[in-house]
Amino acid sequence: MTGFYYLIPVALGMGAVGLAVFLWSLRSGQYEDLDGAAERILLDEDDVPVTDKQSAAGRKDVR
Amino acid sequence: MSCCVPSAELALAMGELNSAGNELLLASRVVGENLRQSDLSVPAMHCGGCIQTIERALGVLPGVEHARVNLSTRRVTIRWRGETPPPVIAALKAVGYEAHLYDFGAEEKDVVLRELVWALAVAGFAASNIMMLSVGVWSGADAAARDAFHWISAMIALPALAYSGRVFFRSAWMALRRGRTNMDVPISIGVLLAFGMSVYETAHHGPHAYFDAATSLLFFLLIGRTLDHVMRERARAAVKGLARLAARGALVLQPGGTHRYLPVNEIRPGMTILLAAGERVPVDARVAAGRSDLDCALVSGESLPKPVAEGSSLQAGTLNLSAPLTIVAAAAAADSFLAEMTRMMEAAEAGRSTYRRIADRAARLYAPVIHLTALLTFAGWMIASGDAHRAVTVAIAVLIITCPCALGLAVPMVQVVAARRLFEHGIMIKDGGALERLAEADHVIFDKTGTLTRGTPQLVDGDRVERPALAIAAAMGAHSRHPYSSALADAGRHDKTPPVALTDLREHPGSGLEGRVGDRLYRLGKPEWALSDGAAPECDGPSVVLSENGRLLACFRFQDELRAGARDAIGMLAARNVPVEVLSGDRDEAVRRLALSLGVPHAGEVSPRDKVARVASIAESGRKVLMVGDGLNDAPALAAAHVSMAPASAADVGRNAADFVFLRESLTAVPQAIDIARAASRLVRQNLLLAVGYNAIAVPVAILGQVTPLLAAIAMSLSSIIVVGNALRLGVRATGVAKNTQGVAGDLLVAGGAG
Repeated sequence: MTGFYYLIPVALGMGAVGLAVFLWSLRSGQYEDLDGAAERILLDEDDVPVTDKQSAAGRKDVR
Repeated sequence: MSCCVPSAELALAMGELNSAGNELLLASRVVGENLRQSDLSVPAMHCGGCIQTIERALGVLPGVEHARVNLSTRRVTIRWRGETPPPVIAALKAVGYEAHLYDFGAEEKDVVLRELVWALAVAGFAASNIMMLSVGVWSGADAAARDAFHWISAMIALPALAYSGRVFFRSAWMALRRGRTNMDVPISIGVLLAFGMSVYETAHHGPHAYFDAATSLLFFLLIGRTLDHVMRERARAAVKGLARLAARGALVLQPGGTHRYLPVNEIRPGMTILLAAGERVPVDARVAAGRSDLDCALVSGESLPKPVAEGSSLQAGTLNLSAPLTIVAAAAAADSFLAEMTRMMEAAEAGRSTYRRIADRAARLYAPVIHLTALLTFAGWMIASGDAHRAVTVAIAVLIITCPCALGLAVPMVQVVAARRLFEHGIMIKDGGALERLAEADHVIFDKTGTLTRGTPQLVDGDRVERPALAIAAAMGAHSRHPYSSALADAGRHDKTPPVALTDLREHPGSGLEGRVGDRLYRLGKPEWALSDGAAPECDGPSVVLSENGRLLACFRFQDELRAGARDAIGMLAARNVPVEVLSGDRDEAVRRLALSLGVPHAGEVSPRDKVARVASIAESGRKVLMVGDGLNDAPALAAAHVSMAPASAADVGRNAADFVFLRESLTAVPQAIDIARAASRLVRQNLLLAVGYNAIAVPVAILGQVTPLLAAIAMSLSSIIVVGNALRLGVRATGVAKNTQGVAGDLLVAGGAG
């Protein structure tokens, strides 16, 4: 029974981390182009994503 | 105005480049210091290779900082530096992609989707964690552990319901306040009562709590709601991303004699506008100087260009073909011909009976029935046992088990799968209701110019014309934008005729082209202008002649070519027992020739008002009309019809009025869309039946008081999985139809599915 006192918070905490990661990935635009992401993995070239600085600046201006 | 060939051509090219550049500049936005961003829609890209080609082609242009393709939305984002935009559209054309400006300004961030996805994520988190605790309870936790688990569940459920449930509570409250009921009313009542009862049970150390049911219900329903929203947004964005055919701006002559490129809505009556060849007339206007020909196909449906001269009045949206014009604006954009069509469309829409979506109709029946059942259950248990607590518990269990989970998922799921199939066929759909209406359509009206036909004339019997004459005509035609000239130039290219060097080439707007080879003067144009005796008895019908020193060399006849798949489409519609007719604003004779060759009834010289009247009269006879059209003059009829489709090349207004927009060339999109809509409507009905069947089994069990939280969880998940699985069957069948575009085998498949 005493095991519950830390097991349940640990379980809920893991769930909460999952939720936070999902919301973060959503915010950072990782679901904007799912079809493109599926195709890009096959491209040989070095696919340099938009650098963080650049995209952050861009996104701020969009809003 | 001097018109020697090289400089005229150069001016033309410069004009084109400049106006495209200006448009790009107007549509771009500043994203950083000296950094601008433009968004282009590239509907043809479809694979990984396209991504690479496009990004590589754009990346090497001077000034381009960064180019990124979004394959899902078929769009390219380009960041560039400098004052003048890089030639991105030309660069894309060079690698084989047609690109259009995407109007970013009109797009706001989708706050609704954001709210839905966040709500979905929170509900999913809560449901899974509460379910984890519930499994512990179901597998036999002792009383103390059970109570502790229930309390933890309550603590997770309360914020989750408050956050994720808002979507439903808000809509239910809106409906109730107006004295109506929708699907969200039983959902809200069910969820709130389940939570309330569970808290009460937990506080009194009861064995059953329904926190898991309440949260997983929200989770499933939010999936349906989010999918529904995503489908609509995607279609809306795709339609909005198409080329804007109306002019965005025009070169206005300023009082000081300078020129300025002004956006359309800043143009006032009385302003003088310089209209280059190849530009669209921005607002209703009058010609102040110059002669040219105008292409009115998109505005009135006329397939032949109309000559204009000083004093002629021009309608907004028509295309200037042969020579630059100086025009004076006669009306602001809001008062132009376009605005009149918009008013007619609004009138037509108001006249159309409002369509209630099938889910709403089901909800109207469903909500009172389940609330009555719960009430009767409560009354029955009160009478039978006299135990108020027991009666309330059972009544709430009835509400939980009947909560329209499967119903809320049944319809959007099918529509999302259908929209996906339509998207694969290059057809965009505006909303799910349109799909239901298309399934009911049993009469199709086609517009002619631009819909059944390509809207550009092609040379008829090119083989009968002598090679040297065709070579000269093609060489002359290459220097003009007139559709007949382009058709001749095309014919010459196909024939690989050797190029002819012409000198002193000049265009006489309204008459034709003239040029020299040595001391021979060639004229290509109207017989009465090109021929010295002014008549060409050998040529019948509207035609163009080529003359050498006033003597007839050859005559050319043109016909608007049928759109690809037009014949197949009409055949497929006939096979489905859908009557077809043609209504056009073009000359009666042109319409008759086309309609006879296709074997369909027709009417020509139909005004926009008469088109609406025709649609209304068919609707009165009890038939549901599908209107397919592209022009401004079709827009009111598109709005008036039960359901409507437009090709991607349609006028903006028409495209916005249409429920469906097809991006591919082929007209077989029409029967394909009808097939998919009908298959979807069958699946929706099956799903609703499944939901009813589920209730027929589950409700008696609930009324008898036999429903435990475990049973409720199993029943609800199972019914949701079944309707989702059933909806996914549409994918398999629709692919079958697509592979058999000839219709017969597709027919069998669909018929087999119906049986």
